[in-house]
Amino acid sequence: MSNIQQLEDLTTQVRRDILRMVHKVDSGHPGGSLGCAEFFVCLYNEIMETKDGFNMDGIGEDLFFLSNGHISPVYYSVLARAGYFPVDELNTFRLIDSRLQGHPTTHEGLPGIRIASGSLGQGMSVAIGAAETKKLNKDNHLVYSLHGDGELQEGQNWEAIMYAAGNKIDNLIATVDLNGQQIDGSTDNVLPMGNIKAKFEAFGWLVLEIEEGNKVEAVLKGMKKAKSLTGNGKPVCVLLKTVMGNGVDFMMHTHAWHGKAPNDEQLASGLAQNAETLGDY
Amino acid sequence: MKTYINTGNKDTRSGFGAGLTELGQTNENVVALCADLTGSLKMDEFKANHPERFFQVGIAEANMIGMAAGMTIGGKIPFTGTFANFSTGRVYDQIRQSVAYSHKNVKICASHAGVTLGEDGATHQILEDIGLMKMLPGMTVINTCDYNQTKAATLAIAKHYGPVYLRFGRPKVPNFTPENGEFEIGKAIKLTEGSDVTIVATGHLVWEALEAAKELNENGIVAEVINIHTIKPLDDKAILDSVSKTGCIVTAEEHNFLGGLGESVARVLALNKPTPQEFVATKDTFGESGTPEQLMDKYGLNSSAIIEAVKKVLKRK
Repeated sequence: MSNIQQLEDLTTQVRRDILRMVHKVDSGHPGGSLGCAEFFVCLYNEIMETKDGFNMDGIGEDLFFLSNGHISPVYYSVLARAGYFPVDELNTFRLIDSRLQGHPTTHEGLPGIRIASGSLGQGMSVAIGAAETKKLNKDNHLVYSLHGDGELQEGQNWEAIMYAAGNKIDNLIATVDLNGQQIDGSTDNVLPMGNIKAKFEAFGWLVLEIEEGNKVEAVLKGMKKAKSLTGNGKPVCVLLKTVMGNGVDFMMHTHAWHGKAPNDEQLASGLAQNAETLGDY
Repeated sequence: MKTYINTGNKDTRSGFGAGLTELGQTNENVVALCADLTGSLKMDEFKANHPERFFQVGIAEANMIGMAAGMTIGGKIPFTGTFANFSTGRVYDQIRQSVAYSHKNVKICASHAGVTLGEDGATHQILEDIGLMKMLPGMTVINTCDYNQTKAATLAIAKHYGPVYLRFGRPKVPNFTPENGEFEIGKAIKLTEGSDVTIVATGHLVWEALEAAKELNENGIVAEVINIHTIKPLDDKAILDSVSKTGCIVTAEEHNFLGGLGESVARVLALNKPTPQEFVATKDTFGESGTPEQLMDKYGLNSSAIIEAVKKVLKRK
């Protein structure tokens, strides 16, 4: 068990990792990654029950699927710092011959990854399939997934959302990163999605909101509450309200940093706002 | 010339259903998913025997493919069932990312392939699926010719680790391969010995090739008929060995000549042994409504079309 301060320190270090990874290769997606840093840190260090080492089948442990694969920097940083692969390997992000592809993949055998994602809208179906297999295997561990809010514009999600409720997939906690931004602008401007909470509820899901998705304590409390809602015949949705680019002032409250890397000066500023805690890779 | 006996017309999809039923009893990891076509895919018996391992996803093929990929995590072997059109083109990106690129042990089982689903017309027929699937790295592509072979292939793909596309059809067609025969993925089957021309056929066209060979034989042309049930990986050696004897080849498939078996064979020949080839296949067209027989005739997919192609290729030797 880690205390809040330790998780916050780790989050700060993860933010540094994200900035340095995308800066080095002048590409990647820092905005959504920074917004989800607290979520990933809490999930992998406090919320999920995982075994040591990595086994693709994940029997007897909780599973996580990242549907919006472009926020790979935060995923890689948290996996590495949780011990799935050497932290130094973050140096290879997006380079030729790397296991840390632009979007996560099983193809290169990177421990911790169980499905490729990047082409949007597919992760919830995969998570539901894994949850069905857990039920067949009488494995009472949970399946977690993360989705972008813009990603919900993909129709496959709604096939999956309908299936999960209709088939009582109650060992699944699907979290939506509600940052209100997508590549072309705010979600309200690109394609207004209306009331996402009401939509999930109308489909038959239990919905829980985490208002302060960039506060470790709030994320922990919310995700623990979500766990307590599983096993009740309904799938659980967490609406995680985050700020894109959180922790780096010039990246916040804009869609501009969805898929853009900071220059040298911007990196220095971002790192200055996030002092090294656990040691850079 | 070796002859084959039709033990009675049967649909290949029922061979799939019989294979799936057997797998239900012999392999507890096999699960089945269907997108509201249980009866058409002949999955009812599996469903009745193993309701806990049968997943009705509704009319939601994209979700079905994604779920199948997820179900492999934890050791299940998912068999998905819908029409060939909805098994491929409709869900290409789901197959590409969640199944093929992620190298998941999913068996995509596709009925009503080609034009022989008949009266429903071009929206439900597909003549592009072999091409779509064979282009995906790591995907095995199989197109079986009769009931017995489809059943054997269904059993075989459960033992093979990796993504597979299994293509079969709707109409009742001659059943002539051995009952409970072994099915070896990637291994072509030589049906007749011949020295004048090689006929490489897949799916429903295999029987038509045998009928053509019989008639050609009566006219003094001895054809070597090869049943290529696996289009990928292709049995290059079987093709090259045969054309080394015959010096010319006809490929026959219920598929577009762009992207199908014929093009795969042409690649092997171009790289190893350039050989005159004629294509019995549809010529970059959609299908239409009609009876299977009418459609196979109109689109040049029967024994008489094969005979015409043989006559043409012989002149090019």
